[in-house]
Amino acid sequence: MPSFTYPEKNELERFVAARYRTGWVWQVIFLSALIIAIFSLSALLLNIVDGAFGYVAYEFKKDPLTISEKPLDQLNQQELIALLQANLSRGAYNKLNNEKPMESRSQGELYNLVIERIIQVKTLQTYPLFRSLFEKAAIEAEVSERYPGARLEFRSWLSPTFLTTPQSSKAEFAGVRTAVLGSLWLVGIAIAFALPVGVGAAVYLQEYANKKSFISRVIQTNINNLAGVPSIVYGMLGLAIFVRAWEPFTSGAMFGITDTNGRTILSAGLTMGILVLPLVIINAQEAIKAVPDSLRQAAYGVGATRWQTVWHHVLPNALPGILTGSILAMSRAIGETAPLIVVGASTFITIDPQSPFTKFTALPIQIYQWTSRAQSEFQAIAAAAILVLLGLLLTLNATAILLRNRFQRRW
Amino acid sequence: MTTKISSLAAPNWAAQLRKKARWGESAIEASLFAVGILTILITLAITIVLGDQALLFFAEPEVNLQEFFLTTSWQPQIGDFGIWALVSATLTTSAIAILVALPLGLSAAIYLSEYAKPRARAVLKPILETLAGIPTVVYGYFALLFVSPIVRNLVGVEKVGVYNMLSAGLVMGIMILPLIASISEDALSAVPNSLREGAYAMGATKFEVSSQVLVPAALSGIGASVIVGISRAVGETMIVAIASGAGPKFSFNPLDAAETMTGHIARISGGDLPYGTVDYTSLFAIALMLFLVTLILNLISQWIVTKFREQYE
Repeated sequence: MPSFTYPEKNELERFVAARYRTGWVWQVIFLSALIIAIFSLSALLLNIVDGAFGYVAYEFKKDPLTISEKPLDQLNQQELIALLQANLSRGAYNKLNNEKPMESRSQGELYNLVIERIIQVKTLQTYPLFRSLFEKAAIEAEVSERYPGARLEFRSWLSPTFLTTPQSSKAEFAGVRTAVLGSLWLVGIAIAFALPVGVGAAVYLQEYANKKSFISRVIQTNINNLAGVPSIVYGMLGLAIFVRAWEPFTSGAMFGITDTNGRTILSAGLTMGILVLPLVIINAQEAIKAVPDSLRQAAYGVGATRWQTVWHHVLPNALPGILTGSILAMSRAIGETAPLIVVGASTFITIDPQSPFTKFTALPIQIYQWTSRAQSEFQAIAAAAILVLLGLLLTLNATAILLRNRFQRRW
Repeated sequence: MTTKISSLAAPNWAAQLRKKARWGESAIEASLFAVGILTILITLAITIVLGDQALLFFAEPEVNLQEFFLTTSWQPQIGDFGIWALVSATLTTSAIAILVALPLGLSAAIYLSEYAKPRARAVLKPILETLAGIPTVVYGYFALLFVSPIVRNLVGVEKVGVYNMLSAGLVMGIMILPLIASISEDALSAVPNSLREGAYAMGATKFEVSSQVLVPAALSGIGASVIVGISRAVGETMIVAIASGAGPKFSFNPLDAAETMTGHIARISGGDLPYGTVDYTSLFAIALMLFLVTLILNLISQWIVTKFREQYE
């Protein structure tokens, strides 16, 4: 029979100290996982900021000083039109005028035209922010050596013009206007579909269905599964059903619109709606669950029917939670890219979306497109577009948190 | 006054009200039920659509099941459809992602649930939530323009290209980390306090309690988190589409550029694909496989979670 002897006092103390030392080492290891997470997040954000600002080396075909006495950005609409007329060939001017009459273009658009068509800026090299800040002399030396005659300028790729101009084939003039509008349309359609359907399903599961019954268990399991289906599979579903099978509806042919196929905002929005539906349902269920039973019993006690109870008592009290959940769903929808690629987002669109039956592009699609380009100036506008996207997400999430704090009730 | 009350309280009123047919109520209940059923229809639609097109694909003369599941070359131009060329990349990137996310996520979960004081938690939790909320296309940008250059500098610029599975997998691991951390943390907090108290009473250190009592007790939940993590990694599209390379290649070498199943679908469907061609239907066959694999993984993890919840309730 094995006998157990207690260790000597010194040995015991050593033993205990060793155990605590191991414990301490592991605590540091556990904490370091979180530090790695914090580091990754900061690296990601800094990398994006780093890419979105910085020095640009560029040259142009025609010096602005030779075509105008005043600085170009101070010219008014008429002067800019005159400049275009004087410096462009007749054919080129007429073509532009046919695309959109010159008089109807804003000063900003005309200014961009002048830069794009007459000055013809060409970006030679872009430099990231941190190098621009700390190694300015080295950059200047490099530029004067490699690109004699080039100019160096600090540029913020994220600018008001970037937000308000449409897509362009040249990174210097490209903006995210059409993409942001496309994303807003998409999210709008998605939530218009997912909110009523999702809340309806949640109300059915929480208030009407017998939770033990087979059918409600199947629905519940199915919702949890839908939440885990890869987003690209939803894209394939959208492609086969909304883009192809329902083409007469989603292209607007039913309503007399003939210039599009099924690859429209409506198809993409409905696909997104289906994608975020499980999220809306699960969040709405949580919100409804949090409404105390005493409220329901009080309503039934004064003779309310089931729907009266739900409509007048349960839903109003669950509303903040439901809204918070749908805002989270919206922020999921605004960042999703893969289904949009499959459903067929157009990558080059310069016209604002006018109706659900138009071709579209969206912010994440632009980011994907620009990131995939090899030229550094496109990666710079990709970073700027990411900042716009993160800004939108931040706004949405801040709204959600405010709503939660403003209306949260403790029962 | 008194007569009114007595008439209200008459028993036949209640009976009449109970018998009253409320068509509006029934209609509302029916439509809510229909909406609930709609979610099942979505799953059915996915299965039918993917299955239907995948069947068309397998009916093509140049395709057969044996070739599809057993060969390793995917070149639609010359009629080669061996899914392993795409599966290999999916497996490699997912494996890297899990190797990153599991130790980090589990450590983070243990720290948050056992070590962190409420104030530290209030700071650390939102950071993980922010990581979880970042769109995957942004992670793709990060993988291509930040992680890939670092990987290339470390390994050697001549040995590894701009596009490689390693950078995509590493970033995917960071993306999945919050998911694994949050499910594992739930599992750890669900372990009853009596187990902790018992272990501490025996003189165990915090680490001994965590590693020898709590982690074994929460093992099923941690397992579920890993399965959900794998399912996310397999279905993740944008990171691999941007950073892992374009072009199917049968390879398990993380330094190679190879296209995953999702990356292939994204690249091919990005062009204006003519309907009904083999290229088009082949995407549905790939998507069907993705759907089935993730479905099975999700069902397993749900089953585990429900089971272990019952254990302690």
